[in-house]
Parts: sequence; C-alpha cells; structure tokens
Amino acid sequence: MKRRTFWDRFYHRLFALAAGLCVLVLLGIFGMLLFNGFRFFESVSLWSFLGSSNWNPSAWGKATYGIGAMLWSTLLVSLGAMVLAVPLGIGTAAYLSEVAPGRVRDWIKPAIELLAAVPSVVVGFIGIVVIAPIISWIFGLSNGLNALNGSILLAVMALPTIISVAEEAIRSVPNTYKEGAYALGANSWTTLITVTLPACTSGLIAATMLGMGRVIGETMTVLMATGNANAMPHGFFDPVRTITATVAIEMGEVPYGTTHFYGLYALGAILFIITLIINLLAEGIAAKFRKQGR
Amino acid sequence: MENIKIAIRDFNLHFGSKHVLKNINIEFPANKIVALIGPSGCGKSTLLRSLNRMHDLSPDARLEGDILLEDLPLLHPRTDVVAIRRKVGMVFQRPNPFPKSIYENVAFGLRLTGTHTEADIRTRVESCLQQSYIWEETKDELQKSALQLSGGQQQRLCIARAIAVEPEVILLDEPCSALDPISTAKIEDLLLELKNRYTIVIVTHNMQQAQRVADFTAFMYLGEVIEYGPTDQIFNQPQQMLTRNYVEGHFG
Ligand SMILES: Nc1ncnc2c1ncn2[C@@H]1O[C@H](COP(=O)(O)OP(=O)(O)OP(=O)(O)O)[C@@H](O)[C@H]1O
Ligand SMILES: [Mg+2]
Repeated sequence: MKRRTFWDRFYHRLFALAAGLCVLVLLGIFGMLLFNGFRFFESVSLWSFLGSSNWNPSAWGKATYGIGAMLWSTLLVSLGAMVLAVPLGIGTAAYLSEVAPGRVRDWIKPAIELLAAVPSVVVGFIGIVVIAPIISWIFGLSNGLNALNGSILLAVMALPTIISVAEEAIRSVPNTYKEGAYALGANSWTTLITVTLPACTSGLIAATMLGMGRVIGETMTVLMATGNANAMPHGFFDPVRTITATVAIEMGEVPYGTTHFYGLYALGAILFIITLIINLLAEGIAAKFRKQGR
Repeated sequence: MENIKIAIRDFNLHFGSKHVLKNINIEFPANKIVALIGPSGCGKSTLLRSLNRMHDLSPDARLEGDILLEDLPLLHPRTDVVAIRRKVGMVFQRPNPFPKSIYENVAFGLRLTGTHTEADIRTRVESCLQQSYIWEETKDELQKSALQLSGGQQQRLCIARAIAVEPEVILLDEPCSALDPISTAKIEDLLLELKNRYTIVIVTHNMQQAQRVADFTAFMYLGEVIEYGPTDQIFNQPQQMLTRNYVEGHFG
C-alpha cells in the first residue's frame, strides 16, 4: 500500500514535469522569436516591413526588408494546396467512413498514414524529378518549378491530416440522421451530400484548418520545388519563394546580430502568428463541433 | 379483418447466427393502428424495421419468407427499396430531425424526387405541419433550426416529415418514450387522426398507450408472435399465459 502511493506520486510528478517542460519550451521559442523580432524593428519600420514586397537584405547601402512577395507566395502556394487537398481529402474521408468495406479500409488507412511519414525532402525531390516535367509538358512552360508544383506537393502532404480529422468528423454524425434520410427514400449518395456532410460542417472546417497549418509551416518541399525566385508572383506558373524557404536559405549565411539576422526572426514570428491563429480557429471550431456532436 | 394492408408470411430473420425473428405470420389491416408489445429484446424493432427494409443497412441480417404490401413483395430483391421506403414511412424512438430548418426538414423527402416545384413544396410543407398539429407553433419561424424545438415538437415534426412523401404505412418505434405526458397525449391524438388516411404500426412499452390508440395488439416474446388480436381482447381476456403475465406486469 505504502509503496504504491510512493510510485503513484513519483509518476504523477514525472508526467507533470514532462508537461511543464513542453510548455516551457514553447514559451521559450515564442519568447525568443518575439525578442529577436523586436530588435529588428529598432532599425526597420513595421510599415516598410509589411508594406514593401522587396526583400533584398544584402544590397549594399540600401538593404530593403519587405515581406510582401514572400507573404503572398506563401498564401498563394498554401491556398492552391488547400483547393486541391480539401475536396480530395473530404471525398476520401467520406469514402472510408461511409462506403468502403472493412477490408478495403484496413488497407487504405495505414497507407494514408504512411504518406504522412514520407520525409519532406523526398517529397521535394519527387516534385523536381516527376511533377516539374509533367507541369512543363502539360502547360508548355520552360520550367515546372513554380507555385503550382509546390501546391500539388503540399496538398499531398496535407492529405493525411485532412483525411483523418474529416473521417472522425463524419463518423461522429449520429446514425439516426442517416437512418432518417434512408427512411424517406434517400440513397446513400444523397444522404451523404444533403445530411451527413452538412451535419459535420464544423468538423470538416477544423480538418481544413489543421491541414492549412501543416501546409503553411512546411519548408523543405517548397524550397526545393517552387523555383526559389524572390519576386511578386502573378499566378501559379510563376516561381516563388515562401517565408519558410527564405528563413531556411538565409539563416546559414547571415552574420550574427545584424539587422538581417533579426529580420529572419521577424519572419519566423509572422509565421508563428499565422499558424497560431489557424490552430486557435481550428480548435475553437472543433470545440463547438464536439458540443453539437450529440 | 377485412382489408389487409401488410401480410407477413413465414418470416424468419437472423443476425449472423442469431435467430431473432421466428416464423412470424401476421397481417396488418388498412387504416387501423396495430401495437407491437413485448419485453425488451424480443424483436419488436427488428420486425418493424423489416417492413421498410432498414435491415439492408446491416450486412449480417438474413431475411427469409414473404412480406407483402398489398401486392408488392417487400423482400423481393428486385423490388425497389426506395419505392418501398416512400410507401412505408418511419418515425424513430428518439426524435431525429435533420440539423436543418423546420421547413427543410419537411421538404427533404419532396426534394428527393426533384419533381415538385417550390410553390408545390411550400403548400405541402404547410399542410403536413398542419396535419401534425405543429403548424400553429412553428408557422412564424419555419426557418429556425429544427434542433431548437422541444422533444415533443421535434417528434411531431418527424411525423410531418414522414407524411410529406404521402406514404401508405407509417411505422413508429416507441415514438413517445423520450417525451413528457403532454407531448405524448398530443402524439396519440395525432395518430388517431392519421389512421383515417394511413395504416399505422407502433411499437410501445406503454400498456396504457397501446390500449388508448391501438385497434389490434400483437404480443411478442423471444422472437415469436405469441398472441395477436383486438387490443381489448389482448389486455382483458388474453388466451395465453405468457400474454396474461406480461400485460398484468408480472415480467418485462
Ligand atoms: N443489427 C443487429 N445485429 C445483431 N443483433 C441485433 C441487431 N439488432 C438487434 N439485434 C438483436 O436482436 C434482438 C431483438 O432486438 P430488437 O431491437 O428488435 O428488440 P426490441 O424488442 O425492439 O427491444 P426494445 O424493447 O429494448 O427496443 C436482440 O437480441 C438484439 O440484440
Ligand atoms: Mg426496440
């Protein structure tokens, strides 16, 4: 009896410590981003950072630090990825939860989870050697490394998240809704479209948001496959450079403590804020959806 | 019994290896209310759900025998299940309105065929809500979500939704078990009104309810119909010992 309470207390403390450590690390990262980001704004105005699209820190004497082109590139690539991934992901989730026989599901689900385990550098590589030639062939471009390529790859990377969250949402729709529709003579397709999916809209939105969070933060793939051109893109066929790619490329060669150095932290802080907002939105919507669930 | 609406002949149902309904032979007369009673697990819901082929959804259900809706063989594989479900409507134990507006709930079945104009749908929605005695309470807020209605209102809405597609038979599985006495009384009045136009089969655990609404009552036990006859006879001069014990409240 005594021993048990000792070990109980021991494990209790151990887990509390682990959890505390996680929070501490998160706060540390956020604090570091903010602290260093603020140093940047000692020498560059917030307005010229957000309002300009020209990022050229190494221009002699007249370095410029505009996030515009990168921000737009990031949003363009991410939105493109979501346009591809959301219908495909929700469609797959609907198939898995409503249509697929148990045996098929037992094969497809692990396969999709495995997709999440493919290293992003491998995905980027596939983008260069497979997707890029296909894009340039189909659209008659000289080069297939562009925003579209990045969107396609990121869509593939977002799919596992979207599928698993959406599948859970669809499964949570009470069976009685479906029975009600069947009893009125609806077939399974009509039931899915007019009853089941509308009944879990907020869960599907949460799935979309979580996929979006995954997409915006991705670095290696977009770095490799989007052409790496730091200019304002005019469409999906233009090569782009995202915020993440910029930080990854320049961090290695920037002199410590310079404005440029702090500028990269500011980029990191912007990314962090974007993903934070997306995650909070997703969490909020998912919570609302859980309450409605029953 | 004069006018037979549904005839069940030598009907057996298995879930996997479990023999749930055994040798059911029973007939439901048109424009009457039939109550199915019996202890929990005896197969009332299973029998009811056989009448609109709801078991199509469970892969391990095996149905044998014949169920005839007038001349239509309900269990025949070539009989269109959608057509069956439009002739045989169903109201469930827990009110299950769709998470849509009141109006859209009733319109749902009408929209499925795509043959009704919007004006047609509007008049039908109104008339069904009136027939279900819920029009007065909802006419000013038809666009409100059906989930905001009370349980009793939701159940009357589900009845409105079922009659909107003009079925011939309405199946109800313990429709009042989640409702308060006042809502229950309203539904019972409604059923007595509806039987002029529809044939009604209702599963209930409430003996008083069966006696108030049903013209005929079937007592089921362990997957068999033990006794079937006019409600009055089942409750007052049951022929079988089991029936007597059950209606007098000795088990179940
Ligand atoms: N889908 C199913 N798969 C396997 N067995 C089932 C299934 N549905 C019902 N059963 C079994 O069939 C038997 C009859 O169930 P049924 O729901 O028809 O009983 P009931 O008379 O409606 O009971 P209650 O009054 O509690 O609603 C039960 O033993 C139940 O476990
Ligand atoms: Mg039941």
